[in-house]
Amino acid sequence: MQQFLEILTKPDNIPIVFLLFSVIFFSWFAWTKAKKNDAQGFPVEATMDDKVQVWPYLVRVEFLATIAVMAVLVIWSITLDAPLEEPANRSLTPNPSKAPWYFLGLQELLVYFDPWIAGVVLPTLIIVGLMAIPYIDINPKGNGYYTYKERKFAVLVFSFGFLILWCLLIFIGTFLRGPGWNFFMPGEKWDPHYVAVLTNIDLSEMWPLNIATRLPDGSLNPASFIFGAVCVLGFYSLGPLYWLKYRNSDFMKKLGLIRYGTVSFLFLTMVGLLVKILLRLIPTFLGLNPVKYVWVTPWFNV
Amino acid sequence: MLEAFKKTEVYKSIFRHSYQDTQRNRALQIVDNVFLHLHPVRVPRHATNIGYTWGMGGITFLLFLVLTITGIILMFYYRPTAQYAYEDMKYLMNDVPFGPLIRNMHRWAAHAMVLTVMLHMFRVFLTGSYKPPRQFNWVVGVLLLVLTLLLSFSGYLLPWDQLAIWAVTVGTNMARATPLLGHEGPFGPELGMQPDNDVRFVLLGGTEVGPPTLLRFYVGHCIFLPIIAAIFMAVHFWRVRKDGGISGPETPKKA
Repeated sequence: MQQFLEILTKPDNIPIVFLLFSVIFFSWFAWTKAKKNDAQGFPVEATMDDKVQVWPYLVRVEFLATIAVMAVLVIWSITLDAPLEEPANRSLTPNPSKAPWYFLGLQELLVYFDPWIAGVVLPTLIIVGLMAIPYIDINPKGNGYYTYKERKFAVLVFSFGFLILWCLLIFIGTFLRGPGWNFFMPGEKWDPHYVAVLTNIDLSEMWPLNIATRLPDGSLNPASFIFGAVCVLGFYSLGPLYWLKYRNSDFMKKLGLIRYGTVSFLFLTMVGLLVKILLRLIPTFLGLNPVKYVWVTPWFNV
Repeated sequence: MLEAFKKTEVYKSIFRHSYQDTQRNRALQIVDNVFLHLHPVRVPRHATNIGYTWGMGGITFLLFLVLTITGIILMFYYRPTAQYAYEDMKYLMNDVPFGPLIRNMHRWAAHAMVLTVMLHMFRVFLTGSYKPPRQFNWVVGVLLLVLTLLLSFSGYLLPWDQLAIWAVTVGTNMARATPLLGHEGPFGPELGMQPDNDVRFVLLGGTEVGPPTLLRFYVGHCIFLPIIAAIFMAVHFWRVRKDGGISGPETPKKA
């Protein structure tokens, strides 16, 4: 437990403790505001639309915020020294080696995905996906006030992505991943000699299929390759299938094919991310062999 | 004496209006001030309500200013070469008056800025403020988020200690696996990518994190990225005004 407290209070980890509390606080805060707005049927802000002079009403808020932030920052900087470790040494690799805290969610994904997905494709999709949000969300409601009722899908998906896939994974990557990137519960000692006994298998090798990924001579088993391809492409074809079923609805017509394609691709990727994580975690909890790859090809593995 | 000074041409050329509390002077206070004229003269009352805005965008900008000032001070004491970087850090932390304070402020403000940028984005999403007519400003905001992360990441290497070099090694190792452009990425080797000619090599100026990487990250951190960020910030703030000021609900009066 003492070691966990030490990691928790490492100067560089303080921001994550802030992150934890502020994210929980602001989520709760926004939630109560949305509830209130939804319950009374009109946003609180609509009753505050009379104009006030920026000087002094806004400037004084900014001034007070500035003083508060500077005070916190100066006290923080006086009491806690930024870390300065031993000089850089390429021949001495620390275990675990961790990226800066804001990238630890992505580093955590390396457990579940190959680097080309976790380190390149997913970050790119996050950035592109974020930029696409205003153009794919055609719901005109909820512009300029807190609400949940009027945009459930948008709020749920974004909150899930931000709170679980970004913040929670950062938290796990920082506090619960020890030497060898092994998982340690709070209070467990980070044992550098701990070896996790894991026999990862591929999806096609799972019961009841039991199709080996590799043939006895080491080459790729075509049956496994085809099964993997069917799984991945089949999963992404859920988007077109859903479209075929509902293409004549008013909403679909308003959304248009390009917008729908973007939404369904990004949404399925996010769900797929979760599916892949669960394919690893659920068998582990059941005492079975966790799944490493869904689709093994000669060029890349998914 | 003061009254006499207030009547001189010098005083009047600097302060162009009196301080008497009138509507007109309150407005002039904003438009006659280069720093404050980012603001409109009047805003809807909910814009001054910290419960609506969380103040995160403004705090992010404040932290950027703190980082610029402390960063410039740090540049006086730091040489971005493998030979001197770590020694300069030791010197800064042990012998420079207020050195630790300046460095700590720089580092903690950087961490805090990453945090406030994320919370700012969360708030803007939850209030639906990216909806028309503010779509493009959200895109600019996403770019600023990316720039903030890049600024923080490039600064992480500069102390040139174990923490720095290995965190950056872990981070940049991902570039190996870039599809098509990395030597371990899908279709990379097929396109002739090797450790000494792929995208990671361009990023690091070598096949591993070494002295050329330090210089690259230093120039990026102190000159290139801040300039790009400042340009995008100018666009971001300007668009806030041009897109109709702070977001808010449609009100019967406006509709």
